[in-house]
Amino acid sequence: MSNETPLWEVFIRPRNGLSHKHCGSLHAADEVLALQAARDTYTRRGEGVSIWVVPSKAIFASDPDQAAENFEPGVDKVYRHPTFYDIPEEVGHM
Amino acid sequence: MSAPLFNALLELADDHLILGHRVSEWCGHAPLLEEDLAMPNMALDMIGAARSLYTYAGELEGEGRDEDQLAYLRYDRDYKNCLLVERPNEDFAHTMLKQLYFAAFMHPYWEAALHSSDETVRGIAGKSVKEVAYHIRHAGEWVVRLGDGTEESAQRMQAAVEALHPYVEEQFHMSSDAQAAADTDALPDREAMRTQWTNTVSNVFDQAKLTMPEVEYPQLGGRTGHHGEEMGHLLSDLQYMQRAYPNMSW
Repeated sequence: MSNETPLWEVFIRPRNGLSHKHCGSLHAADEVLALQAARDTYTRRGEGVSIWVVPSKAIFASDPDQAAENFEPGVDKVYRHPTFYDIPEEVGHM
Repeated sequence: MSAPLFNALLELADDHLILGHRVSEWCGHAPLLEEDLAMPNMALDMIGAARSLYTYAGELEGEGRDEDQLAYLRYDRDYKNCLLVERPNEDFAHTMLKQLYFAAFMHPYWEAALHSSDETVRGIAGKSVKEVAYHIRHAGEWVVRLGDGTEESAQRMQAAVEALHPYVEEQFHMSSDAQAAADTDALPDREAMRTQWTNTVSNVFDQAKLTMPEVEYPQLGGRTGHHGEEMGHLLSDLQYMQRAYPNMSW
């Protein structure tokens, strides 16, 4: 079955103004059924106002074996962190 | 005065309870996990509508019968559901087609019921009309994929059409109670749903490459309690708990 039925990643926008967040994956024959399945699987309790489904095979992911070189930058480069700025109140959350 | 409306509400409630039960039979047996969630979802929509309708019918009757007594403690001849909803699930083609036929009827029905003279009916309609719109989409998409799918799925889909089409006509029939409820604008006229039903189903059939059969002798009798053999088996499942443990509650 899983050989024939493609896997889809589901992204849900919880409220207007927020961005779509990945919330899981599911099997479906095509994008229309994937959207229906996502609705039934992930939005029954009012979790969202919009759904995206993306074929899992369209996602090119980073290699866990390269985690160190990808995600562990040197801690001595403080200038990379924007902690020297005073952010005006009006900007709100950045 | 309210007796015709009581009976007409029971017809509607029984349709929803029995089809809801049929769909719930797939719970744990669906061909894929996603569908195993979707089907109980739809079943719960229908059973939810049945609960509201039974509760309101019980209030109108005024003899202290609640939703459980109306749903679980009547005999088979007292159920007024149309025959379509009690038909066995068979395969996915039958199940989804049955759902499409029922939802294609209920959607315009609930839309019309939004303008009912009865406030409770308007409330139930407001909730149900959204749910049933989704049922049309869900079942419709499956009918398209099976009808326009593989050789086997197409053949099974057309077999389901031949098997279930004789039960369509009864949906539009008006019992004297339904007519009385329509005369006071409490519930819509079933006959008036024909055009929209045909539009909805034809649209799906066109995409699914299915042909709509001509039915010379429609199957009737559900509204007067003349049910098929399968109804007894369904009820023995449905009523088991309440019969075995009278007055039990969760």
